[in-house]
Amino acid sequence: MKRAGFNQLGLPVMLLLPQLIIIAVFFYWPAVFAIYSSFYLQDPFGFGSTFVALENYTGLLSSAEYRKVAVFTVVFSLLVTFLSLSIALLLAVKADKVIRGARTYRTLLMWVYAVAPPVAGFMGVMMFNQGTGPITEFLALFGWEFKLGVNFNDTALAMVVVAAWNQIPVNFIFFLSGLQSIPQSVKEAAMIDNRSGVRRFWDVTFPLLAPTAFFLLVINITYSLFDTFGTVDTLVKGEPGNNPMTLVYKVYVDGFRGNDLGGSSAQSVILMVLVLLLTVFQFRLIDRRIHYT
Amino acid sequence: MLKKNLLAAASMALGMTLSSAAFAETQITWWHAMGGALGEAVNEIATDFNASQNEFKITPVFKGTYEETLTAGIAAFRAGEQPNVMQVFDAGAATVIGAKGATVPVQDLLASNGIDFNIEDYIPGVRYFYADADGKMIGMPFNSSTPIMYYNVEAFEKAGVTPPKTWEEFASVTAPALKEAGYIPMAQSHLPWIFTENFFSRHNLPFATNDNGYGDGETKILVNTPEIKAMFTALKDWKDQGFFEWYGTGWNDNQKPFEEGKIGMWFGSSGSFGGLQQTAAMPFSATLLPYWEAVTTEPTQTFIGGAALFAMSGKSDEENKATAEFFRFLASPEVQVKWHKDTGYVPITNAAYELATAQGYYQEKPAAEVGVLQLLLPAGDNTKGYRMGFYVQIRDVMNREYGRILTGETTVDEAFATIEKEANELLERFNKTQG
Repeated sequence: MKRAGFNQLGLPVMLLLPQLIIIAVFFYWPAVFAIYSSFYLQDPFGFGSTFVALENYTGLLSSAEYRKVAVFTVVFSLLVTFLSLSIALLLAVKADKVIRGARTYRTLLMWVYAVAPPVAGFMGVMMFNQGTGPITEFLALFGWEFKLGVNFNDTALAMVVVAAWNQIPVNFIFFLSGLQSIPQSVKEAAMIDNRSGVRRFWDVTFPLLAPTAFFLLVINITYSLFDTFGTVDTLVKGEPGNNPMTLVYKVYVDGFRGNDLGGSSAQSVILMVLVLLLTVFQFRLIDRRIHYT
Repeated sequence: MLKKNLLAAASMALGMTLSSAAFAETQITWWHAMGGALGEAVNEIATDFNASQNEFKITPVFKGTYEETLTAGIAAFRAGEQPNVMQVFDAGAATVIGAKGATVPVQDLLASNGIDFNIEDYIPGVRYFYADADGKMIGMPFNSSTPIMYYNVEAFEKAGVTPPKTWEEFASVTAPALKEAGYIPMAQSHLPWIFTENFFSRHNLPFATNDNGYGDGETKILVNTPEIKAMFTALKDWKDQGFFEWYGTGWNDNQKPFEEGKIGMWFGSSGSFGGLQQTAAMPFSATLLPYWEAVTTEPTQTFIGGAALFAMSGKSDEENKATAEFFRFLASPEVQVKWHKDTGYVPITNAAYELATAQGYYQEKPAAEVGVLQLLLPAGDNTKGYRMGFYVQIRDVMNREYGRILTGETTVDEAFATIEKEANELLERFNKTQG
């Protein structure tokens, strides 16, 4: 096969330039600046600053509080990813079988996707509101005194529920299209081999969905780590107090509320490294075991 | 028709630009954090100032919460786009005053523009909170408030008790009677401000070393002390006994049950008065913060909360003159009294307080005077204020640990040890940012 290519260097560089500039200005420059700031403690107005080498990092790593937030973030991300993937898969499998009014069903299930995370958080605040929220009242029937914003675990539960709920539609859309791309002939052949729908799902359908599931896993982990910021912010009403928060939210609390530029830069550098490791892990390790057909 | 309207609008807009250019008035901007009804009161002040003369024009801009306003101001300053006047709240005072060169001290600004300034004109509790170590006023006190105790008049009548003067009275008499009468005896909206900072001022106890942090050099917080620990041990006991309810860190979550008439007494800001008049479902009144007789028999005045206005540096002389004139206008008794009546914030000058008294305002609304009366109480060595860097984060640490005490996740001893440790680490870090 003949490789299409450019004869000179000028044109491709020119075509790439707009994108490269955007990446440089909005990603590389801030990243470099964050790394630089993380070695200093500086006056927010920019008058004084002291070079402290790795003190911002060692301070974080030895802080019991930072570890607590990190542990919560991991638990939160795993729960949100697991719940939103599994519920979306269940809904997609069921919706795939619906023939009458299929489009209406699908549209209704996708609707939630249009809700922005802060709005989702606000709806969560109303649903779980102390004393007056419908879910709070429902739980009270079972003798569970649910206290959003007071009890750590209750607030954590509300965060997981709202964040997972908000993400289900995206997963649903992808799973559904994944299911519909499985050839009818494969399904029919499987039907002859085995009558059990559950067995057929795990032996045939699920492996064929694996590429979609892997892609969604990446998307969902990123979502629960970063995009849930708005949900967390609304649910803790901007003042976390003794409530749970995620690592990304802590960067905001320390940097934007507390004006600690060095400390929050170090936190965001840690997050950058985390994302880097996650990406390498996902593409090196998991990628090999999944076969795209 | 539409074309005609457009044309008319365009010519009007042109006319307006021309006329304002003709006057050549000096334009200044004012970033503030006053939303809702308070924002409207701010806009009125600006409109009145603009109408009072035609040399200067101030434009107020709402920038969100106190924290958001400070952050926006910092970002703008670093980009050279700072406003002329910026509102900074009590907990951010150390940040803005620490950054020497970020602001023009209000005292210098007024003096260099030929406006008389005498710090004694300001009411005692307000004088030195936004001042530097030498007592020079850096920020112009604006919306000044202090925590006071509001109480539900019906609840106290039903329970047959009077508002408690001391915490001992609350625990032995008031709380049991209110509980018996079917009320939650007490709630509050801000544990760090009301039950920590102002615990120290009310009892004249030192809150930090180094003259409460006003001196130069290193400051250490003095929060791991027996008196304040006894206060929080009592709060936790009262919560367990049903004498006190805590609805989380959010201000409004704690204020709402009081407005609904479920709470006997609620601790909020003197600045809450304006809002409560519209939202409270029952008659209410207010009185001074209780104190512990076991700690002191001579309780002192409290700190002011709220915020001050800072004149940002890097502006032209004409604009600084406009800012100075605006500050003069703002401190005038008439403007202060109007602001006081509209919002419930305390008047900052003696003259304004006298004017409000002369107008008979406090005979009509005695609760409106409580904040001022509390700020006029005898002063002590530890009541002029506190100055600690990264204080917003220190408050976050307090809120976190207090929540844990009240939900039983930690003990009072452990919580205060943690607060002391983390606060001192933050203070040490802040010290390095000034290097």
